[in-house]
Formats: sequence, structure tokens, C-alpha cells
Amino acid sequence: MTNNTSLVDVRGLRIGLDDGTELVKGIDFSMGHERVALVGESGSGKSLTARSLMGLLADSLVVEADHFQLLGHPVLSYRQSQWNRLRGQQVSMVLQDPKYALNPTQNIGRQVAEPLVLHQSMSSKARLEKVEYMLDAVGLANPAKLRKMYPHQLSGGMGQRVMLAIALINDPQLLIADEPTSALDHAVRDQVLALIHSLVEERNMGLLLISHDLQQVADYCERVMVMYQGILIDHLPAEALPNATHPYTQTLWSCRPNITKRGQPLPTLDRQHLETLK
Amino acid sequence: MIISQTWRGLPLRQLFNTFNIGLLLVVLLVVLALLAPYISTFDPNVQNIQDRLLAPNAQHWFGTDRFGRDLFSRVLHGARPTLLLVSLVILLTVPIGLTVGICAGYFGGWVERILMRLTDIVMSLPSLVIALALVSILGPGLMNGALALAFTSWPSFARQARTETLSIRRSDYLTAAKMQGVSGWRLIFGHILPLILPSAIVRAALNLGGIILSAAGLGFLGMGIQPPAAEWGSMVASGSRVIFDQWWVAAVPGVAILLASLAFNLLGDGLRDKMDPRHDK
Amino acid sequence: MNQLEVNNVSVSHAQGLQRNTVVHNVDLSVQAGECFGLVGPSGCGKSSLLWVLAGLNPYWEGDISLFGQPLESGKVFTGELRRRVQMVFQDPYASLHPKHRLRRTLAEPLKLLGLQDIDDRLSEGFKQVGLAENMIDRYPHQLSGGQRQRVAIIRALLLEPKLLLLDEPTSALDMSVQAEILNLLNDLKASRDLTMIMVSHDPDVIDYMCDHAVTMKAGRIDQEKYYR
Repeated sequence: MTNNTSLVDVRGLRIGLDDGTELVKGIDFSMGHERVALVGESGSGKSLTARSLMGLLADSLVVEADHFQLLGHPVLSYRQSQWNRLRGQQVSMVLQDPKYALNPTQNIGRQVAEPLVLHQSMSSKARLEKVEYMLDAVGLANPAKLRKMYPHQLSGGMGQRVMLAIALINDPQLLIADEPTSALDHAVRDQVLALIHSLVEERNMGLLLISHDLQQVADYCERVMVMYQGILIDHLPAEALPNATHPYTQTLWSCRPNITKRGQPLPTLDRQHLETLK
Repeated sequence: MIISQTWRGLPLRQLFNTFNIGLLLVVLLVVLALLAPYISTFDPNVQNIQDRLLAPNAQHWFGTDRFGRDLFSRVLHGARPTLLLVSLVILLTVPIGLTVGICAGYFGGWVERILMRLTDIVMSLPSLVIALALVSILGPGLMNGALALAFTSWPSFARQARTETLSIRRSDYLTAAKMQGVSGWRLIFGHILPLILPSAIVRAALNLGGIILSAAGLGFLGMGIQPPAAEWGSMVASGSRVIFDQWWVAAVPGVAILLASLAFNLLGDGLRDKMDPRHDK
Repeated sequence: MNQLEVNNVSVSHAQGLQRNTVVHNVDLSVQAGECFGLVGPSGCGKSSLLWVLAGLNPYWEGDISLFGQPLESGKVFTGELRRRVQMVFQDPYASLHPKHRLRRTLAEPLKLLGLQDIDDRLSEGFKQVGLAENMIDRYPHQLSGGQRQRVAIIRALLLEPKLLLLDEPTSALDMSVQAEILNLLNDLKASRDLTMIMVSHDPDVIDYMCDHAVTMKAGRIDQEKYYR
């Protein structure tokens, strides 16, 4: 697999409600086997965009696009059964809060093995080995014991590692991570992001990382796309962030508090000015 | 190339959902009951022995009963006591059930134990049998029938209200209200009740179907409104004596009971789908 | 003068008939006009300690004195004390009553106190936190997260507290909205004689906001830090 293959190619993506309100207002983007961050405030449409790439939008939403290809498949016309063959096998997703994303009544081993059961035929012994290998790969100690544990026995960080194991067990080509660290403690956030980064790089996968914290994700991505009210307003390489020219990107980049900014107000968005820029 | 990912249902399908059908039937029932004197073609209580047990015909649309009374008019008038009794039962049970349930959930401890054990005891009583016993002590009649049915139907409201109160008792907005000095009955009626009420209304609508059946049961056993007033249950009872030869005498009020009960069940189901996000598709 | 003095305090939660101690022998002192920080990972006991200071958890042992008055363990706050300690909660989506308009949420406590000129106070509050006054007749679900947190801040400030408790006030918000709320809190601290205690799991927020902070770990104080 080379880096030139296009994983996602979207042109004129529009997502709206039944009544005609547009939430995503015609965005174009494409990505290959690379790490891309999609950044914006809540309500900017970033999560909707990500969910449309998984075919996971609610039925009440209307999706339209001039061109919508995922791993070369014209997925816009796909039925759920066709999506099911793609999801969890070639594209997978890590959600925000492992507390809600893991099934509380099933043990970890069974949940990690589920994508294998659905998409691959292998002996139960091979499956078990793969599960333990995967739990080890996401940095969880003692996989044999962990396999038999239940979600409530894990901390948030461990839960998110388990989610990652589930997402990566079928060696997908594209991983979508929707705010994977915002339910976690500050100290654990960087660990989980670094883990995602190294696993994705190792496997030469594509990563679409969604976040509202530009500074935090910048270290783990090559490119950054910035969304504001359903529009992609800025698009730049991660190294160029400190010198961003768009005022929205500038503010997102510099609004994070730290000890050096004590005593001075934090930069905030001039929303009226942004309206004129749109 | 523009392709829509959504499947949009036919407009007709959206129009005829459970809620709308239930609402239509209930409204129809209420309107017919209110306008019964104007719609009915005969006086429901006038006996005419010459015309007794007539089959449905152009003059008597649903036929006549043993005393020659017009069944169409009697069924229409029979809707009135049924709806009245059902509304009385709801007016009695919902406030009692909610008060017991919210107090149990909010205060906890001994209050909860005593109230919930009381609820359990009443819940384990066979409702129609207890209602019959109560009516035979109090004497038959509309008000007593309502009291008797209300006595056994409040516990389900209490249980539901307690569970819901428990789930919101620790919520941030109630804690915040307490920190702001809101407490006691103000907190219970101003803050907790508005959150519990929607599901109580749904449950009431669902229970109505059952209460209609119980009311008809009381009437059938002669414990409801006394003859000669028209009442569906007692009409079925009098028709059952001639059920093999003149089936319509029992069938007409029977179908009325079925439709009324169905209407409220549909309405309740539809309300639940509308109000409860867990049932959202 | 020390607004708050905490000596050898342990906090427990009632679990059925058992008590589960989550904070062990903590000593703290917070001066008037100070922003005091409590940092630590989730489950370290920082929120439990805050709930005791908010008068919401009476199961504690040791000595606490607030505004120079000793508190009694096992008792809930009432009257003047209840009014003078207010809190802003973590999740602005959960801390406003979903079926009440903002006007009711904000005005009800003032009416209970028998205050006059409530409408003036409300519009003054809206001005202070930078919200449009015409929002007052909306329901919480019609506001964004940042706007709701501003409303929660007005709600706390309308009672003119001397101690404002902040339980992770920005962790449920966007980074850009967090900046706005932190700026607002700093302005309010400067313009009013307000002591604040802020709980956070993000050391950067504490570093930026606080004059004095402690790090908690497994129910005990791990580090203490002065910023001036």
C-alpha cells in the first residue's frame, strides 16, 4: 500500500436536517495514508462529517455530495448491509467516552474479538491469540487476565485503549477518532494520543482525528483542517500553525491557558468579525 | 451525481401513525359522548315492547334490546358514564400515585420503606375483586365505582414516580437549586414534578384502556351505574341472555368497549413514542 | 484573614450502611480574595472535598472553619451560610433545570430571600457575564454550552456569595469557550471581593488561574504551590 492511495475523497459534502437547515455546508477534502486533524468548536459540523464517513448518521439527516468516495467505494448510495462489510474492517472509529461505548454486560475479550467474529473466519484459538496480541499492542499489561474483566473495572484511559484495540483488530486502513481524549484526565490524554499516533504510523494507516483542542492534536498530525459553522475555513500543515493567518485558527491555537499567560486575558474569538470573513 | 442517503417515508405513513389514529378515535369518542342527545335517533330509555329484539335495520341502525330500546342511542349514551368514570379514576389516581412516589424517592429512608411497602401491598391485591368488595360495601353507583377502581390503580403511578425521582435526585440542577436555598415542597412540586409528569401522563393514557375494561366489568356484574341508565357493561350483561339468537344486543356494546379501550391504548403507545427518546427510531 | 481553614479533615461517602473514606486528614487554608486550586486525577478526592465545602456532604470529620465560624459535621448549610457559598458545576448541560426558563431558575432564589428589584438584578447579571438580556425567557436547551455556563455563573453570583466554588467549570467546554469563561472569572474576581476555589484535572488551567494550589493524590495532599 502506498501513500498515494486516496482513502477519502469528498467534494461538496452537505449534511442537513429534513427541514432544510444545513449543518455542513458543502465541504471538499481528501486524505490518503496520513494523519489529519479536523478541528472546530462544538456545532461546527466536525462530528457529523466524521460520522458520514462511517455511515452512522441518524436517518433524519439528509446527506448529499457531488462526489463521495471512501477507499474507492461510492458509499453515498450504500445500504446498511454494504456499510457493515466496510465498517469495523476497513474503516473503524474510536468514540469519545469509553464508559458509554463499551457494553457493560460483556467482558473485554468478547468485545475485542467481536470484529474478528464478524469479518474474519478463524479458529477460536487464533482469535484468542489475536485478541491478546492486540491488548498488548495498545499497552495494556497482562492481557490474559484483562480479557476476562468487565468495563466497569477499568479506568477511563484503559477503557480508551480497549476501544482502540477493538478499532484496530482487523487492521483497517482508516481510523476515525472522534474526540478520543476529551472524557479522559489531562495526564492520560497525551499518552492515549501518542499511542494512537504510534499505532497508526506502524500500520501505515490513515487517521482522521477530531478535536476542539488544536494545540493538543497538532503534535500528532501532519495536516490540520479547521471547521467553523459547517464550512472548512482553513487548511494548513501542522508545522505552519504557529504562523497561521486565519484569525479563527490563530485564536484556537493560542487560547489554551498556561502558566506564562497568567495575569493577561486569554485570546478569544471575535465572532462578529468571523461572520464577515465567511 | 446527487444521491440522498436517507430513506424518506410516504407522507401517508407519517400521517397515520399510532398517535394520530389513537387521538382521532379518542376525540371521536368524546365528541360522540358529548353530542349523544343530538345524534341519537331515539330516547335511550323509552321502552317499546312491540319492537323488542329487532335486528339492525334502517330505523334502528344497531337493532333493539329486550325492552325495545334503540341500541344505537343506548351505545352513544353509554359512552358518557364510561368516560366520566374513567376521568374520575385518573383524577384520583395520578395525584395520589405521584405524591406517594415522589415522596418515597425524594425522602428515602423510612418514608420510602413505609410508602413502598404500602404500594406493594395494594399492588398485590386483585383489582377487580377488591373493587367489587368495595362497591358492595359502599353501594353501587358511578362515584363509588370510580373510588373502588382508583383504590387499586394508583400503585403503578407511585412506582414509576419513585424510580424517576431516584434517577434525578442526585442531578446537578436539583443540587444547584438546593444550594440556592430552594427546598421542601417548593423543590418537590416546582422542580421534580414537571420532570415526572410527562411519563405519568403516558402511563395514564396506557392505563385508561384497562380502566375502561374494569369499569365495564363492574357494570357487567351489576355494580356500576344502575339500570335503566345506559352503560356498556350492563348492556353486555343483559344482551348475554339472548346471545345465541340475537347476538347484536351483546355485540354492539361489546364492540364499543373494545374500540374505546383500543383508542386509549393506541393514544398511550403513540404518546410514549413521542415523549420517550428511548423509543425513538 | 483566612476565609477557610481546614484541619485534619477526612471525608466519607455513605454506601448503604457502610462509610467509604475518600479524603484522609487534609489541611488547607484559603485567604480572602484568593483563587485556590485543587488539582488531581479523577478519583483523587478533590471533588468530594469540594462537596463538603459546598455543604452538600455532611459526612466528614475534623475541623473546618468558614468565614471565621466553625462548621458542625453532620449538618447541612442553612440561612446566611447557604447563601454565602455558591457553586458552578462541571456540566452546564446538567446543571440548569431543563423545564424551567432561565428567568425562573435565576429569580426563584431571590424571591425566596424576599429581595426587591429582581428584574434589575437579573439584567445587571446578564450584562456582567456578557449575555444578551433577551435570552432570559429561553429554555436551557436553546443555549450553547458556553452560554449555559455563563448563566450558571450568574445564578451563583446573584446571591452575592463570599466563596465561589468551581467544580471543573470548563472541562465540558470547547477550548475557545474555556478561554472566554476563564477570562470572565478573572474579571469577576477582580471586580468583586470574591474568594474562589477551583477544582480541575488540567494543571494548565490551575496554573493560569490560581494564586495558591494543592495537588491531591489518593485522598491526600501531595504538593502545595504558591504562585505569588
